[in-house]
Amino acid sequence: MSNNSSEVREFIAKNVATLLEEGNLVNLGAGIPTHVTNHVSKDINIMLHAECGLIGCGPLAHGDEVDYTLVDASTRPTTRTYDSVCFDSALSFGIIRGGHLDVSILGALEVDEHGNMANWIIPGKTLNGVGGAMDLCVGAKKLIVAMEHVTKKGEPKILKECTLPLTCLHEVNVIVTDMAIIDITDKGMVLRAIAPGLTVEDVQKNTGVDLIIPDIVGKMVS
Amino acid sequence: MSKLSHDKVATRGQVEAHFKSGMTIMTGGFGMAGYPSLLYDWLYESPVKDINIITYGVAPPEYAYQVGFAKLIAEYRVKKIALTHCALNPDIGRIMNEGRMEVEMIPQGTFAERIRAAGHGLGGVLTPTGIGTVLAEGKQIVNVQGRDYLLEEPLRAQVAMIRAEKADKMGNLMFKNTSRNVNTVMPMAADIVIAEVPVSGIVEVGEMSDCEVMVPGIFVDYVVPVPEGRRMI
Repeated sequence: MSNNSSEVREFIAKNVATLLEEGNLVNLGAGIPTHVTNHVSKDINIMLHAECGLIGCGPLAHGDEVDYTLVDASTRPTTRTYDSVCFDSALSFGIIRGGHLDVSILGALEVDEHGNMANWIIPGKTLNGVGGAMDLCVGAKKLIVAMEHVTKKGEPKILKECTLPLTCLHEVNVIVTDMAIIDITDKGMVLRAIAPGLTVEDVQKNTGVDLIIPDIVGKMVS
Repeated sequence: MSKLSHDKVATRGQVEAHFKSGMTIMTGGFGMAGYPSLLYDWLYESPVKDINIITYGVAPPEYAYQVGFAKLIAEYRVKKIALTHCALNPDIGRIMNEGRMEVEMIPQGTFAERIRAAGHGLGGVLTPTGIGTVLAEGKQIVNVQGRDYLLEEPLRAQVAMIRAEKADKMGNLMFKNTSRNVNTVMPMAADIVIAEVPVSGIVEVGEMSDCEVMVPGIFVDYVVPVPEGRRMI
């Protein structure tokens, strides 16, 4: 992949978008996941849930569009679609935990082969806070992690065991990175697809887990 | 003040009488939506210290609506804060690391439910959120129908400060868009509830339609008019 991080983000987001299905109610976490909206196929109808209390979150608001009563899940002024609906946070998290949300897409610092994920604190360094991530992980029918495959130092973020404090246990279903799409199954991590120009060996070398390689490994869309 | 009063529009003095050092106060809002920024300025300008704040999250301290809150934190007048997110205000992590403020991190859904439980007379909530994480430490795990849940205790306060977009003089409240957030659950979970409302949004009793009312006035003690033109960001 190129080192251009915005290009990397859009590539990951584009591949996440290929995993969405007609009729999905989808929640996008901060960071790379927010870029997924740029790539959703016009052939499918999805709606975006913002955990502060909105289904039908539209594009960010600018200039005269800004209304101080309308923000997205990252507290940015936003717009709402014509078919949107608002509610309070108790109901919004009932939607999440109650199994009414189809897909949650979150960024992560680490994911391990048990489907555990860490994304909210680096002890002694940053305290971001948990926000809605822990609820989203346990509640969404499908949890997709969208992140860069390795750290800035080039170390794997996909590990046998997470080292950072966890956000959830056994919840991650799919990881989409700039190098690969990996399914987390009962048998282990299965390599579903790899980025154009990479080999299976390239991906394995940058992954802290022995991947299961099926007979056919797909190509990510570029 | 009777909870059935039709005369809840309040002065600054009436509200400030409830600001006391050492108190626990919960405040609504998610970002600027539904954030009680005028009341926070009054709280800051009152002499309170050693207070406990329960708030959803924080914004950059320079945002107009956030100034009162951010100064209370920066001046070490907050003993403990319970919140869900604090990346946007570096003072919180710093003062916590200095050992001068306790921080309780609560997942957003659990935050809303603990407050709701308090207001609804429940002994807590059982949630799967946080199982297997450091936030489960010291909490009771209850297995129901084969699944583990954390017992999360009710969260109450002496005072709640919230913001609505429309109210009548009995304290019936309406919110717009995402400004509902936790403003709808807090009024049932605090002894004294103060709602700030734009002055243009305050109407006589009987003038709100039934389906506009999102929080019944019996939970609200004071309605504080916010002057026109007050800047949020």
